[in-house]
Amino acid sequence: MAIKQVSEEKVREIVRRWGGREGFLVEMLQDVQTEYRYIPEAAIRTLSKEVGVPVGQIYHLATFFKRFSLKPRGEYVISVCTGTACHVKGAPRVLDACARELGISVGETTKDGTFTLEEVRCLGCCGLAAVVTVNDDIHGHVTTSKVPRLLKRYKGTEKASHGEADD
Amino acid sequence: MPYRLHLMVCAGTGCVSNHALELRDALSAELAKRGLGKEIEVVTTGCNGFCGVGPILLVQPDGIFYQKVQVKDVPLLVEEHLVKGRPVKSLMFTPPEAKEPVPKMRDIPFFGKQMLVALRNRGMIDPEKIEDYIARGGYQALAKALTTMTPKQIIEEIKASGLRGRGGGGFPTGIKWETCVHAHSDDGVRYLVCNADEGDPGAFMDRSIIEGDPHSVIEGMVIGAYAIGAHQGYIYVRHEYPLALRRFTIALDQAREYGLLGKDILGTGFDFDIEVHRGAGAFVCGESTALMASIEGRVGEPRAKYIHTVEVGLYNKPTVLNNVETFANVPVIIERGAKWFAAIGTEHSKGTKVFSLAGRVKNTGLVEVPMGLSLRELIFDIGGGIADDGEFKAVQTGGPSGGFIPEDLLDLPVDYEKLYEAGSMMGSGGVVVMDETSCMVDVARFFVDFLQSESCGKCTPCREGIKALHGILSRICDGKGSEADLAMLEELCSVIADTSLCALGGSAPNPVLTSIRYFRSEYEAHIQGKCPAGVCRALITFRINDKCTGCHLCFKACPTSAVLGEPKQMHTIIQEKCIKCGACYDVCKFDAVTKE
Amino acid sequence: MAKLTISELQKLREKLAQERQTREGNARGQIIIHMGTCGIAAGARKVMTALLEAMDKQNVRDVIVNTSGCAGMCSKEPMATVQMAQQAPVKYISLNEEKIVRILNEHVLKGSVVKEYALAMGSERVG
Repeated sequence: MAIKQVSEEKVREIVRRWGGREGFLVEMLQDVQTEYRYIPEAAIRTLSKEVGVPVGQIYHLATFFKRFSLKPRGEYVISVCTGTACHVKGAPRVLDACARELGISVGETTKDGTFTLEEVRCLGCCGLAAVVTVNDDIHGHVTTSKVPRLLKRYKGTEKASHGEADD
Repeated sequence: MPYRLHLMVCAGTGCVSNHALELRDALSAELAKRGLGKEIEVVTTGCNGFCGVGPILLVQPDGIFYQKVQVKDVPLLVEEHLVKGRPVKSLMFTPPEAKEPVPKMRDIPFFGKQMLVALRNRGMIDPEKIEDYIARGGYQALAKALTTMTPKQIIEEIKASGLRGRGGGGFPTGIKWETCVHAHSDDGVRYLVCNADEGDPGAFMDRSIIEGDPHSVIEGMVIGAYAIGAHQGYIYVRHEYPLALRRFTIALDQAREYGLLGKDILGTGFDFDIEVHRGAGAFVCGESTALMASIEGRVGEPRAKYIHTVEVGLYNKPTVLNNVETFANVPVIIERGAKWFAAIGTEHSKGTKVFSLAGRVKNTGLVEVPMGLSLRELIFDIGGGIADDGEFKAVQTGGPSGGFIPEDLLDLPVDYEKLYEAGSMMGSGGVVVMDETSCMVDVARFFVDFLQSESCGKCTPCREGIKALHGILSRICDGKGSEADLAMLEELCSVIADTSLCALGGSAPNPVLTSIRYFRSEYEAHIQGKCPAGVCRALITFRINDKCTGCHLCFKACPTSAVLGEPKQMHTIIQEKCIKCGACYDVCKFDAVTKE
Repeated sequence: MAKLTISELQKLREKLAQERQTREGNARGQIIIHMGTCGIAAGARKVMTALLEAMDKQNVRDVIVNTSGCAGMCSKEPMATVQMAQQAPVKYISLNEEKIVRILNEHVLKGSVVKEYALAMGSERVG
C-alpha cells in the first residue's frame, strides 16, 4: 500500500479537533499516527507551528511513546502481547514464530508494507493468553503452531474475515 | 410488553475477541424469527470476569450460566431453553473438580466465593445504557452526597471506611483527599484525576470496570470532586484499551445529558466535568507525576516527589489522583456507610479487592474477594487449581513492582502489609500463577526486560542499573553465570531501590530479590548449566524418544528442517540445525519430544 | 432527556428498576407455562401471549414468566404452574386466554387459588 502524502491541511484539521491545546498534543499525535501509520516529519513541523511549541518537544513526545513511529508501519500491525500471563504461556516462542513466518525481526515492516511486527506490553486479556492482535482483531490462546494460519488470513488481497474461529 | 427473560451476553474484550457480538446478533435474529423478540430481551453487558470460558451468556431470572457459546448453538439454545424451558446441559460449565455441569451461576465456585463491591453491577447492566445503571441504584450516592453531606463529611466517611488506593501504593484515600483540601492554591483551583493507565502486565481490573460499569467511575469521581472542591477532572486511559475508551466516552455524554456531569449537577449548583486523555504506550505514565506531565502535553517523565502531587500536581495545582477501582468503591461507601465497608477485610486493609487470575491456573479471569482471603483460596478454590494438573511453583503478585511468593507462603492472607512483608506487594491486583513449566530466572529476567524498556531514562540508577541487572540475568539464563553474579545482583538491587527517582525503579528489584530469596536453587542450577523448567534455550536440548509413531507432524512443523525421518518411522533431531523454538514439542501428540 | 433534579432522579430510578425486576430475579412469584410439543399444539403459545399482554396492561413487573417442557398429561394441555414465594405450587389445566388472565388476577396478584381450573396443589416442586 502506498504511503499517503502528508497534507498540511489534514494536520491542521487534527489540531482544530483538539482545540489547538498543548495538553492534547499526545492526542493529536495519536490521530496523526492513525492517519499516516507513522509520524511524518512534515506533520511534526505543522503541529509545532499550529500549537506553538518547539519542534523538539513534539519530537520528544513522538520518540518517547511506544505507539508512535517515525517510520511508516505496515497495513497490518501484528502485536504479540508479551505481558506476564502471555509470557508464561509461551509468548516469546509465538513472537519468534511470527518473525520466522514474516521473515522480519521485531519492530520491522515487511518490504511490501503489509505487516509490521511488534511486541506489546499487556493488552489486559490475560484470561486468553497468549494473545496476538492484528490491528483491532484480538486472537486468544495462540500457540506457535497456530501462527502460520493466523497470518495467512491477512495475507493476499482479500480482507480477513473476523467471524472465523480462532481455535 | 415486559420482558420475561433476559439474555445477558458478556461483551468484555475477552468475549468480544471470541465473537460475542456475532453471538448477540445471532440470538436477536433467532428470537425475531420466532416472534419472541418482544418477550425476551438481549442485553450486552460488560465483562463477567470468567474470561477463559467465553463467550458467556447468562439467562435471567433463571440464573443459568452458559459458556463457550457459539453462533451455531443458537437455534438449539432458543428452542430448548427459551421456548421449551429446558436448559441446555452441553453448554453449561463443569468445574474442574466436578463431574456434572453446574447450571446456576451462583453455584459455580468461581463466582460463589466472590463478593462484589467495585464490580457490583457486573454482568447485570448494559454499560452503554445509563438507565441500567440508574435502575440498580446508580447516582443515588451522588444525590445523597450533594444534598445531605458537606465535603468535610464525605472525607470523614471515606477516612472512616479505611479505603486505600487500589492502584498499588495503598495510600489511604480519605487522607489524600483531606491533604489536597488543605493544600494551598492561589486561585482555589484543584484537580481530580483518574488513573486508568493500567500498565501492570497481568492486571486488567480497571479495563473491566470501565468496560462493564463506566458510570460507577464517573459517579465516584464527581463525589470526590465535590469533596475536594474540584471543577475539572481528567481520566488518563491507555490506548491499548479501545473498548474501554469508547464506553467511557459514551457514558460521559450520557451523564452530561442527564445533568449528572457538567454545570449545575442535579440542580445543586455544583459544576464538574471530565476530560479524557489517551495514553500512548508508556508504562511509566502510570506513575502520578509522569501521568500529569503527559496530560499537560509533555513527555511522561516522573519528577522527584519531595512535594507531593496533592500539594503541587497537574498544572502546579493541588491534585487528587486515584485509580479506577478506588473511584468505583466510593459510591458504595457513601451509600452504605463507612461502617459497613470497614467491616469487610482485615485490620488495615478494608473492603474487597479485585484480582486478575492469570497464568497457569484453570479458571482464568477477574475475581473480587474480601481482603484477607488466602492466596491458596484464591488460586485453588476460585481459580480451580493449576492448569493441566501441573504442580504449583510460585505466584507473582503486583506486576513488575511485586515479587514471587512460594508454596509455603500460600496461606498468607492477602492484604497490603502481609504481601509487603513477603517481599511482594498488592500492586493493582495482578495474580499470575506459575507451575513447573515456568523458570523463575527467566521470569525474573522477563520483568527486568520489561522495566528496562519502560524506564523513561531520566535517572541513572533506573536507566543503567536495570540494564545491568538484565545483563547479569541474561548471562545466567545463557548458562554463563557464576556464584558471584548472585551477590552482585543483590547488591545492585539495593542500590537501585535506594536511589531511583520514582517507584518504577524503586520497586524494580522486587522480582529479582524474591526469586533469589525463594528459588535460589534454580539460579544455582542455571549456573551449573541446567534449566530445571526447560525454558532457557541455551540450556535445553530437544530429543525424540521411542514413543515416536512417525506421524510426521514435527517434521512438518520444524521451521529449520532439523527433524529427520520418514513417515511411520522414528524421527530424530539434528542438534546443529535446531533453533529450540519448541514447534516439534508443541505439535507432538505422543509425548515423544522431550526437553532436557 | 432534560437534565435531572434530585427528585426526578429518584422517580426515574423507581421506574427503571421496576421495569427490570425480572432481570434481577426479584419476583413475588412465577408462572410456568408448559411448552412441550403437545402444549404448543394445544395453544400454549396463545396462553403465554395473553398472559404477557395482560401483565403489560396492568403494569405487573414482579412476576416471572417461564416455560418448561411437557408435564406428562397431554390431554389436559395447555397447562401452567403457579409458584408463589413460600407457597406450594399449583398446577392449572386446560387453559385458554381468559383463564390464564383470571389466574393472574386472582391467584398471582390477590393470592386466592382459582380452584375450578386447578388440578392439584403441592403435588410437585417447581423451580
